Amino acid sequence: MIVAKYRRREVISNYIILIIFALIAILPLAVLLFNSIKPQMEFGVNPLGPPSEIRFENFSEAWVKGEYAKVFFNSLKLVVGSVFLCLAVSLAAGFSLAKLNPKGSAIIAVYLLVGISIPAQLYIVPLFLLWKEIHLLNTHIGLVIIYTALNAPFATFLIRSYMIRLPDELFEAARLDGANTFQLFFKVALPLSWPVILTAGLIIALAVWNEFLFALTFISEEGFKPMATILFAFQWRFENNYALQSASAIMMVAPVAILFMLFQRRFISGLTSGGLKG
Amino acid sequence: MKIFFNKSFVAWYFVFPVAFIHLFVIGIPSLASLALCLTDWRGLGEINYIGFENFIELFDDRYLKKAIINNVIWTIAFLTVPVGIALTCAYLLTGIKRGQMFFRLAFFFPYMLASVINCQIWKYLFHPIHGLGGFFERIGWEFLAVSPFTTKSTSLFAVAFVDGWHFWGFLVVIYLTGMYQVDNHLYEAADIEGATKFQKFRYITLPMIRPVFVFSIMIIIIWSVPVFDYVYILTGGGPAYSSEVIANYMYSQAFERFDVGYSSAIGTLMFFYVMIIVAMFGLFRRAGWDI
Repeated sequence: MIVAKYRRREVISNYIILIIFALIAILPLAVLLFNSIKPQMEFGVNPLGPPSEIRFENFSEAWVKGEYAKVFFNSLKLVVGSVFLCLAVSLAAGFSLAKLNPKGSAIIAVYLLVGISIPAQLYIVPLFLLWKEIHLLNTHIGLVIIYTALNAPFATFLIRSYMIRLPDELFEAARLDGANTFQLFFKVALPLSWPVILTAGLIIALAVWNEFLFALTFISEEGFKPMATILFAFQWRFENNYALQSASAIMMVAPVAILFMLFQRRFISGLTSGGLKG
Repeated sequence: MKIFFNKSFVAWYFVFPVAFIHLFVIGIPSLASLALCLTDWRGLGEINYIGFENFIELFDDRYLKKAIINNVIWTIAFLTVPVGIALTCAYLLTGIKRGQMFFRLAFFFPYMLASVINCQIWKYLFHPIHGLGGFFERIGWEFLAVSPFTTKSTSLFAVAFVDGWHFWGFLVVIYLTGMYQVDNHLYEAADIEGATKFQKFRYITLPMIRPVFVFSIMIIIIWSVPVFDYVYILTGGGPAYSSEVIANYMYSQAFERFDVGYSSAIGTLMFFYVMIIVAMFGLFRRAGWDI
């Protein structure tokens, strides 16, 4: 920590600059929030300020007109499916890479590292044609498989770096008691890894909830679209109805904001963990 | 311990699911793309080998040239503005005691939001009648009352601004983690020597956070290559290709013109560029740059 003795004037100028940047980050979001509870009539005279009368009906109207019950359910299916599948495969792989180190597993690690940096534009067309061939286009399971593959390398490394710090003695003791490798995984490694499971799960959920490119490409049928692409379509459908648009956007932001309030540190450390490992 | 476990092949069972799914979704389609870039396939019918014709066409394609230039401008813009602001804010944050957590959360929160949301917010704010445009018109600054997304000279920067607005908080947090590891005694010694705030930043903070800094430079360069969401949602590459980027151009070649061979060639180009960047930073590390 830096606790150098700053002069008073210096501290004040620090705060002023920081507050300006905090306002740049927060004010646009405040405008969105204001607009979501503003009557559509008021946009002409008061486009940026807080509403003169609070109108929560925007939400119910948007909810009905955009059929958000179904859209939310679509997104929820994708999030839950991807989090479960991705965590399952990444926990197994992370465990193996951290504690079992089978000969040649370094190849897998290098492959996943390269996999992280392959731009989606390289494989999206063949993947699209493959998905068409095996009838996974416009299905949620198809998108869940894609999201699992997209997030698995990151989750695997996050889990690996956590499990590598679990004491070897625990595993040795369990081994001496006659546990096989699967029991080591389920009975020893998993119960000790809940913090990293939570972090990885939150990051995967966020990534899937916000994802745009693959949702746009692989789901073209209205009834199956998740929140992100529906909101994009909504912006065209109700082009000048900013009250409805903003209310829908707030509905998509709300779960993220609530989870962020609850798990700030996990989100921040999870999303920036690459920076620490280098 | 390790030998004890190595005896069994069971360890491999744990890696197979990830390897299988990743190969199936990313590995094999990538290889297919690297092969298809040498063909004239259009998604249906015969696949003809045409050698490097796609690449010859690529280098003549003036829209792609425009897109590549825009990607370069985008990269440079991201390497300067968000990095500068984030370094400043992170450095100032280490100098205050109260409200640190608040600022950190405020800066970081936009990074959590979906591209659709950020685009919607700024589309509204930059709207010529509503938003800031209307505000500027009322106070008489008409030249600011046009949407920067629909003006040729500003569209690329407007899109980059929205993406940067959402991204820079991430950099602040990364730089902060580096700055917290700096030994406080260095600053105290500098204080005794009478160093100014900027000198302390230049000669202590910056060299000490070099690993984190270089990492941030690397991911900005890599992440600037496949930018798609913000361009597609805000301008679609327009007006008149003024904000076109490689990923968006490739997307239209692939899913509007169904030119699989040609779009694979663009994808291949992007892939090799990214791999060269990754390899370069890997070599720097090998060469003992301590990054």
